Amino acid sequence: MATATEATAKKIIHSLKELEAYRNKLAKKEKKNTRIVRVCIGTGCAAKGSHRLYELFCEAAEQTGSGNGSNVVIQAKHVGCHGLCELGPIVVIDPGEILYHSVEEPDVAEIFRETVLGGRVVERLLYQDPKTEKKVKTPAEIPFYNVQKRIVLKQNGHIDPTSIDDYISVDGYSSLAKALGSMEPEDIIDQVEQAGLRGRGGGGFPTARKWRSCREAESTGEQPSDGTRYLICNGDEGDPGAFMDRSVMEGNPHGVLEGMIIGAYAIGASQGYIYVRNEYPLAVEHLKLAIDQARNFGFLGHDILGSGFTFDIRINRGGGAFVCGESTALMASLEGRTGEPRTKYIHTVESGLNGRPTVLNNVETWANVPAIIGMGSSEFASVGTEGSKGTKVFSLVGKITNTGLVEVPMGITLRRIIEEIGGGVKDGKAFKAVQTGGPSGGCIPAEHLDAAVDFDELTRLGSMMGSGGMIVMDEDTCMVNVAKYFLGFLKSESCGKCTPCREGIAQMLAILQRITSGEGEPEDLDRLEILAELLMEGSLCALGKTAANPILSTLKYFRGEYEEHIRNKHCPARECKGLFIYQIDPETCTGCGICRKNCPVEAITGERKQPHVIDQGICTKCNTCFEKCPFGAIMKV
Amino acid sequence: MDRELVTEIVERYEGDPGMLIPMMQDLQAEYGYLPAEQLREMAVVLKVPLTRVYGVTMFYSSFRLAPKGAHEVTLCMGTVCHLKGAPRISEAICQEYGIEPGGTTPDRLFTLQAVNCVGACALAPVMIVDGKYYDGVTPESALKILGDLTPEEGSHAPAAASEDNGGSS
Repeated sequence: MATATEATAKKIIHSLKELEAYRNKLAKKEKKNTRIVRVCIGTGCAAKGSHRLYELFCEAAEQTGSGNGSNVVIQAKHVGCHGLCELGPIVVIDPGEILYHSVEEPDVAEIFRETVLGGRVVERLLYQDPKTEKKVKTPAEIPFYNVQKRIVLKQNGHIDPTSIDDYISVDGYSSLAKALGSMEPEDIIDQVEQAGLRGRGGGGFPTARKWRSCREAESTGEQPSDGTRYLICNGDEGDPGAFMDRSVMEGNPHGVLEGMIIGAYAIGASQGYIYVRNEYPLAVEHLKLAIDQARNFGFLGHDILGSGFTFDIRINRGGGAFVCGESTALMASLEGRTGEPRTKYIHTVESGLNGRPTVLNNVETWANVPAIIGMGSSEFASVGTEGSKGTKVFSLVGKITNTGLVEVPMGITLRRIIEEIGGGVKDGKAFKAVQTGGPSGGCIPAEHLDAAVDFDELTRLGSMMGSGGMIVMDEDTCMVNVAKYFLGFLKSESCGKCTPCREGIAQMLAILQRITSGEGEPEDLDRLEILAELLMEGSLCALGKTAANPILSTLKYFRGEYEEHIRNKHCPARECKGLFIYQIDPETCTGCGICRKNCPVEAITGERKQPHVIDQGICTKCNTCFEKCPFGAIMKV
Repeated sequence: MDRELVTEIVERYEGDPGMLIPMMQDLQAEYGYLPAEQLREMAVVLKVPLTRVYGVTMFYSSFRLAPKGAHEVTLCMGTVCHLKGAPRISEAICQEYGIEPGGTTPDRLFTLQAVNCVGACALAPVMIVDGKYYDGVTPESALKILGDLTPEEGSHAPAAASEDNGGSS
């Protein structure tokens, strides 16, 4: 827990030496017999009531804290997303790193009495390996965790995001001290280059090249060249089904700040901005607190760590526009205008925010920087593939057993992520496709599951790395409908500035709507391809240029499904309303009459205890009978 | 009209027109929406054309020009929620209450916001009412939850969960 004094007290640290002395002091404070209860307050766990669990643990710790006769110190901590959202709320007890899942309020007293005070394990709350059916105690024994490689998320779930002391005690700000104390700005850029870091926001542009261009840029815009440079952290995580950046900002805000400060020193920026999505109030709160703490310690402001370098950061909240994830649109938004992108014949590294040279990187990219400086570029580059170094954080979601936040080394296969970490498709259904890259990405089918997760490989497959959403789809998912969903999303998020995007997406969506309602024409597929090419060639920004990807990738791998919709007016996944019918399986039907009673149009008839029948002429395909039948006798055919 | 409030908000950002969006967010935090009078005043104080202020208001989905209902209902329309049936939930609510996503019921009981993703995919489909998360929502359970709302403002949100309220602020 952050104490009031920690947040407000000034404790300027002037050098690496002072930082180490402070860390040693913290280490001494941490008694050997400290027991820590770590309660996850990531989005998933918080939504299942983990804040209340944290309060209850705090109360329990307080009650036993004084006068328990022993010298045991008990601490309850709230920590950032632990990853295994599916089984939240997650509570971890130290020492021993005992992980309990699906913890509820009544469990708190037992955990406290048995594990925290008694050192015994509460068996029923442990994770059970679905294969071996053995109960395991620590994350290291759970496949979900042990296949992962955590660099960016290393401290997520361990440290209290509201405590700078917690961050410092795990070597936080050491990389900054190292950079400012013993490295020239060019050395830092060289290190980042040798590490092979590429932008984690989706494009995969080499980070060092961006930094170097900005450092060397003279203002070419209308602004006089006075050496002003800006640095921006893009936290406008807009892809639906993606919550990586949110978890990093909420769970380890100082890691993002440290990366930004090192980057600012490297490019020579004096002002930084963090642009956070409007839907992320907790991220804003934690970042604000972290900025205040960093200022109080002298990690932000004038003469940082006695180096003479000056830099500060402010937070701007987004207004709820997906296109603002695009760099020039984001900068327009920071200038108080509508978030419309501009053409980039002049790069933003030369003329960005307010016409000054500007570096914009994604949250995860910044969070990688302290690790690179800390461990050295060669160690960082030892993880990953030839063209993609390090790790990537994904939010693994959709029809998957273990929904959650995962960080994997680049080069791992999609199969290992989905089967080993994710535990396979939910409810024993067949895998159909995995969607990566958000609305700009594409769907990758089962035959490419052994492809390596790598910027270039995913692009080759017609998708892209994107910011890290990984959405698993099963046999019940209609791929035409998926494409329609993304196009619908993009239509409402297109800013409308350029014609190909504004009009083209609407046309493609209209065609998809026609196909999914059974009115598709054979020529529609050609029309989609023509429009797709037009958008790619003619759109102003990446939103339009990549808007056709959801269509192109599904057409590439699931063309038969489109054709089935058009020719036979049938949806093979039985998802598109009107393109399949409901029937009652006479073998399974018990004649209970529930469907008959619930049918809003009285299309179902049948005697009691006799199999019922649906009159196809009356049925409106409302799905009510399918949901109501307790025996699963309603079939979609 | 509360002129001083506008001036005070503008001064928080040293009158920098580049900070128009944070200023409007602060204004909306005060009223729950952006009153037209205040926006006019803001344009005058900042010396920016009213068209620009209006353009920004219309561009960003978090700004609203009309007061919201007593309760705030946020329905996640992200990919996972979509796969798991969010469109049918939205349809059911809109049909039952005769509103569109983004709209407020005629009796001002609640405002329905359909948002892109609240990042709680493990709970899909998700609906948030006054900051309280409901997971695995179906069209029926959604209508049941909304049917239990009373006209008193933002009621059953536990303090802990409310900070994660998606949508507006």
